[in-house]
Amino acid sequence: MKGWVLAIIQTGLLVFGAPFLTGWVKWIKCKLQSRQGPPPWQPYRDLVRLFGKEVVVAESASPIFRIAPYVVFSITALACSVVPMVAIGLPTAAIADVIVLVGFFALGRFFLALAGMDVGTAFGGMGSSREMTIASLAEPAMLMGVFTLAMTVHSTNLATMIGYLIAQPFQLYPSFVFAAMGLVLVAVAETGRIPVDNPATHLELTMVHEAMILEYSGRHLALMEWGAMLKLMIYSVLLVNLFCPWGVANDFTPLPLLLGLAVITGKLLLLGTALAVAETGLAKMRLFRVPQYLGLAFILCLLGMLSHVILEVN
Amino acid sequence: MSLTQLPLAEQAVLTLAALVLFTSFLLLAQNRIVSLIHTFAWQGGLLFVATCLMALTSGRHHLFISAFMTLALKVVFIPWQLRRLVVKLDIRREVETVGGPSLIMIGGGALVLFSYYVVLPIRELSFLATRNTIAVSLAVVLVGMLMIITRRKAVAQVIGFMSMENGLFFAAVSATYGMPMVVELGIAFDVLVAAILFGIFFFQLRSGIGSLDVDHLNRLHEVDR
Repeated sequence: MKGWVLAIIQTGLLVFGAPFLTGWVKWIKCKLQSRQGPPPWQPYRDLVRLFGKEVVVAESASPIFRIAPYVVFSITALACSVVPMVAIGLPTAAIADVIVLVGFFALGRFFLALAGMDVGTAFGGMGSSREMTIASLAEPAMLMGVFTLAMTVHSTNLATMIGYLIAQPFQLYPSFVFAAMGLVLVAVAETGRIPVDNPATHLELTMVHEAMILEYSGRHLALMEWGAMLKLMIYSVLLVNLFCPWGVANDFTPLPLLLGLAVITGKLLLLGTALAVAETGLAKMRLFRVPQYLGLAFILCLLGMLSHVILEVN
Repeated sequence: MSLTQLPLAEQAVLTLAALVLFTSFLLLAQNRIVSLIHTFAWQGGLLFVATCLMALTSGRHHLFISAFMTLALKVVFIPWQLRRLVVKLDIRREVETVGGPSLIMIGGGALVLFSYYVVLPIRELSFLATRNTIAVSLAVVLVGMLMIITRRKAVAQVIGFMSMENGLFFAAVSATYGMPMVVELGIAFDVLVAAILFGIFFFQLRSGIGSLDVDHLNRLHEVDR
């Protein structure tokens, strides 16, 4: 019973903490570019404002257009519930493993792409086709990276993975170096951050995510934006908890839980800062170079798997 | 012996081995000549750190000499020399097209697998903890060869050749804690002389065929027509 309550609280933390992470990245980025910058809690204000606004729907829109935001948001929120953030061993973690997580993302993306094409404007279809191009290349790389981890810990369950890594004394796995680098590249591509997609612009040459949700307004837009923030949060939590799992609570007593919360907050803020620094330093690349970029991610994950077989197993 | 039973320093050597292989792949994918030279210098740097770590853990101090020779030659001198040549020949901004980049990368992956299976029986002859890295060093050699095959420009081919030598050096260090000093010194001077000769060769190529693209060599004839 306690486990379920904790699982719900943890999911709530992920869902309601996600806008702060996005705002934090934006704030640090503005500081790095010596701009004033909105405060980190600005995304909450935006979401509240959007929820209060009237919804305008195009005449040519089908019901899919209306239900897509709810589906996308709820699937992403469901994905949040299987990611171990503060504690491991929660009942929700036992239900789904990391392959299900990838499946959730695929389902969400499917509805996002459908919604983009639904109204029939040029931008929506363009965004959808771009998103699917990127996704079809990013997904194998992500799965390969995850399998690299799974080969070491002998499980695809996220909580088991993290538990195994905490229980071991500190080890330097060559394959993890590669899987981490590959998954960072995939995460950047999947969450639409700068070298692949720019979340802050509406330039038709470059936009991918923005093009798909261009027709949305009001609470639909809020849900779509929130879903994107959740995705960034999930990927960040996955990266920091899989590759430096120290501090994640192992049992359900208050002290480890509080410690786990503090540690994960610190790790996420650090990761957000690193992301902001990378985004400030890098330029957005041409869309036609994205396959090469994701090919690099795939090769990295493949090398991780090979170095696991060659160097670690004997 | 699985990885978890090794001391941390040897795990670090294995990780460095994997990173050396990774820089090999980066060399394969890189299409700007200056960043190619930099990546080559990084590979040398990783070799230097790995050799130092191995010297420390095994207590064989003659490895430090090899390590510092690597540092002096492959991290500092040869990249500096190549860079100077590239600036002199004014090909700094030149971009080389690598035909079918993803295909070549997949080929590289296949070579890694191949070298792993080739090395499986040889590995049993060594008793060192780091003997698993023989496969990695063979892969570095083969990927260097793949780079020589797939590149057109002479500078990139020379870097492929040098990275092959890196692979050989790494194999020697990881499998048997280094070759005899005489052999090692000989190879180091060979590489040094090769680097200088290649420099002269570049200028000859340029004045002969007007470019560093070795495909032009196919059209050479003994007599001018």
